[in-house]
Amino acid sequence: MTSGFEAYLVLILVGFLPSEVWRWLGVALGRGLDEQSEIILWVRGVATALVAGVVARIVMIPPGALAAVPLSVRIAAIACGFLGFLLIRRSAFAGVLVGEAVLIAGATAFSV
Amino acid sequence: MPAAPSASPGTSSSAFWFGMRTAATSVFAFVIVFTYIGYGALAHDYGLSVGWAALSTALQWAGPAQVILVTGLGAGTSLVELAVAVSLSSVRLLPIVVALLPLVKREDSRPWQLVIPAHFMAVSVWVEAMRHAPGLPREQRIPFCNGVGLALMLMGTVATAAGYYLQSVLPAIFGAAAMFITPISFLTSTARNARLLLEKAALALGLAIGPVLAFSRVEFDLLWTGIIGGTLAYGVHRLWRKRSAAP
Repeated sequence: MTSGFEAYLVLILVGFLPSEVWRWLGVALGRGLDEQSEIILWVRGVATALVAGVVARIVMIPPGALAAVPLSVRIAAIACGFLGFLLIRRSAFAGVLVGEAVLIAGATAFSV
Repeated sequence: MPAAPSASPGTSSSAFWFGMRTAATSVFAFVIVFTYIGYGALAHDYGLSVGWAALSTALQWAGPAQVILVTGLGAGTSLVELAVAVSLSSVRLLPIVVALLPLVKREDSRPWQLVIPAHFMAVSVWVEAMRHAPGLPREQRIPFCNGVGLALMLMGTVATAAGYYLQSVLPAIFGAAAMFITPISFLTSTARNARLLLEKAALALGLAIGPVLAFSRVEFDLLWTGIIGGTLAYGVHRLWRKRSAAP
């Protein structure tokens, strides 16, 4: 699996289509909805909870290289990042920088 | 941080450029570049070509799904299993597109006109669109979203190629740090956007329910986290509204 036609076919069938189908379904379902409707409030709740679920999942059950960083460091990094966001003018960028700094410092301390 | 769009541009092409500028000054410019340098290096590790890696960013445009695909191909996971895993990791795209469309569509929008902004849609673009679109005239909202989406996608695609060639010089910690930027940026940017009690409750509930369902090996755990957390948050919102409306 390096390059060539087969790899691109896999990209389309196994990578692109299984993700894109959600966007197409979203267009089909979202087109007819009114901005002020009650259901759109519910959908906004579902979308936000799902994004939070993605956050929790990557921190608790991380993919690839992040798995080498101890769980305690990952949790400390996400908590400190959120705290940094709250304390530093509710800046998302500040939160990201604080979280990353704690992750890198923690991982280095545990010599990952 | 971009200022609130007080001086709104006049035409759809200026709305598109305003979208691109918004993307360039967004926290997600940094997040996307960092993420995709890490992804490009990962694709190099797993022996894929640079063209494949860059195209996967433009086509999939969903970080976690891309990491699953590359590592799964490397581990020799069956393609059907892999397609299911990729799809489940991208379920979030459905509710974010549904939540965005009523805000940006016009009466006369044809489905194909919505498929393009929908392809650009990712949590990063969604966050910026939900933040700025309400301040723009309706006819400029789709061009604005396209501007944000195209700019971030171009940055992601170039960063993928850059990461691919930088793989050998990146420090060992880079891969872990690049993967961690997804959860920390999703968390802080959705928290920043959460103005309604509904959104704050949904965020807290998703963070609480997500790990429980994932660790108990529930099938479709992300989907259930969204539905249960979102429904409970909506319930909290209704209760609160009823109470504040009562005399």
